[in-house]
Amino acid sequence: MFAYTMRRLLMLIPVLIGMTLITFSIVHLIPGNPAQVILGETATETAIQDLEQSMGLNEPYPVQYGLYITDLLQGDLGTSLRSKAEISVEILPKLAATFELTFFAMLFAVVIGVNAGIISAWKQNSWFDFLAMFFALLGVSMPIFWLALMEQWVFAQEFGWLPAYGREDSRDPITPITHFYVLDSLIHLDFPRAIQTLKHLVLPSIALGTIPMAIIARMTRSSMLEVMNSDYIRTVRAKGSGQFLVIYKHALKNAIIPVLTVIGLQTGVLLGGAILTETIFSWPGIGRYVYDAITYRDYPVIQSGILVIAFLFVIINLIVDLLYSYIDPRIKY
Amino acid sequence: MSVEEKDKQSEAQDTVNPAKANQQAEMEMIPETSPWKDTLKQLRKNRFALAGLTIVIIFILIGIFAPLITSYGYDDQVVANRLQPPSGEHWLGTDDVGRDIFTRIAYGARISLQVGFFAVVGALVFGTILGIIAGYFGRWIDMLISRLFDILLAFPSILLAIAIVAIIGASLQNALIAIAVINVPIFGRLVRSKVISLREEEFIMAAKAQGMKNGRIILHHILPNSLAPIIVQATLGFGTAILDAAALGFLGLGAQPPTPEWGEMLASSRDFIQLAPWTLIAPGLCIMLVVLGFNLIGDGLRDALDPKMKH
Repeated sequence: MFAYTMRRLLMLIPVLIGMTLITFSIVHLIPGNPAQVILGETATETAIQDLEQSMGLNEPYPVQYGLYITDLLQGDLGTSLRSKAEISVEILPKLAATFELTFFAMLFAVVIGVNAGIISAWKQNSWFDFLAMFFALLGVSMPIFWLALMEQWVFAQEFGWLPAYGREDSRDPITPITHFYVLDSLIHLDFPRAIQTLKHLVLPSIALGTIPMAIIARMTRSSMLEVMNSDYIRTVRAKGSGQFLVIYKHALKNAIIPVLTVIGLQTGVLLGGAILTETIFSWPGIGRYVYDAITYRDYPVIQSGILVIAFLFVIINLIVDLLYSYIDPRIKY
Repeated sequence: MSVEEKDKQSEAQDTVNPAKANQQAEMEMIPETSPWKDTLKQLRKNRFALAGLTIVIIFILIGIFAPLITSYGYDDQVVANRLQPPSGEHWLGTDDVGRDIFTRIAYGARISLQVGFFAVVGALVFGTILGIIAGYFGRWIDMLISRLFDILLAFPSILLAIAIVAIIGASLQNALIAIAVINVPIFGRLVRSKVISLREEEFIMAAKAQGMKNGRIILHHILPNSLAPIIVQATLGFGTAILDAAALGFLGLGAQPPTPEWGEMLASSRDFIQLAPWTLIAPGLCIMLVVLGFNLIGDGLRDALDPKMKH
């Protein structure tokens, strides 16, 4: 286990270097003069020269890359061209917003997906199985940005049940402590606000969670079916255990292992999907941060935002791999 | 033919390898069966796969015959007719500048299917070449290529596509390139693992022992035997490529207006959702249907080609 962990960590080094090379290219390999592109057509000659000076754009590429890495290692993600703020400071509340959304999206996906998968396997070829798998198939084929728009239309605009934009009522902003608003409201013992915050989470969580839900449901079903046909389940049945116990106590334990991997991997994928969901729901998370930066050509933010998301993605995948070999020691690499 | 020659011939027949002889015997027993025909037969029995195929073919036909099935142009703006609900004249209504939505959907089918096709073919070709090189030759070149795949897979795929478009600029063509790039490591890894397992097979060793050149072994033995997973992945990849292209178009990073790309159509009609929901329902449904079609075919192919996966 230790050797595997070490090897897995060592394998991260080339990946991290490659990742920084790609994000480095975002600014430095823009065709033409990067400073000109960043500042726009109307920029004066001196403004361009100043920016080139401050970003070190006049140095040869290897030197520029060296400077970039040195900054990163010191936790310096650069300065936003638009807000003039330190990105490493500005990004933290946005990360919290994204984590909160991801958490609830995953909660939705896991609760519905795993149970739908189990029942589908249990009642194989029943109408429930058929319907669940049909919706799962629709789910994996769904453009989530379209689903998000439809949700807004039906549940926010036509029926007015749920808010369509943002994390909170903008007329009554919260005093953030952890920047996880549900948690913050509970710390303030402000339960109406907690409910209000949860309401804001419903539509974006469903939009973001639909694809993982569908994938988890399909994975759970096929994994359960495989386990249900195994000898030890027949033994448990022969022993006279009830159907419910057989499924939730004995079968699920083994069937859930591949599902856990999928859950982990999908959590990472959600970080990418967050760009679309957050853009549509004006969710002030990291996805929207990057999207806005693209609109304003705020290249340092694009660069660092993408790097941070990719870094988190890599870390999540690392944790999934390590957990997997811990849960199922039969897996050897 | 002299007796001597006849003898030689029968000798040659005696020495043909037993595997081939077995195969011949099998072929005689079950006439006209090959793995591919078998697959087709199974696929024909799979109603879901057939439904998927039907959906895809309908969209292909709509795309090809777009100019014939509609009398409007995709950018014919008649502002007097803006935001009209579906009617006999405008089957799916009109958008905010009075363009016929059905027409734009039909031309959009061309774009989406083309993007899907070229992105998948591009990814398939480069991924397969890299995967074969890595898997077959191993050692440092495998190390190099595998790390490259690791790096590309270290980004959530849509994010990498966004990064690439941020570097090379927003356009439909660049979106296509970005989508192809993010799919290269997916094909690459698949092919590499298949090649590695094939490399140890006896028939490859036999080919090597016969003195066959690497290129010939790859073309005649490795490639044909790796085709099944590649085909399945290509079909499923077609769907995700179309989804990704629509997502990029929606974010303003793919097709630019007035191109009738489905994702771009959704983005430009967003503000009219309450006033004219039909402007958003149709493009989204089309994206979903096409992707669903490819997913159904892909699932069917996987079941037919890989019986172990079937449930």
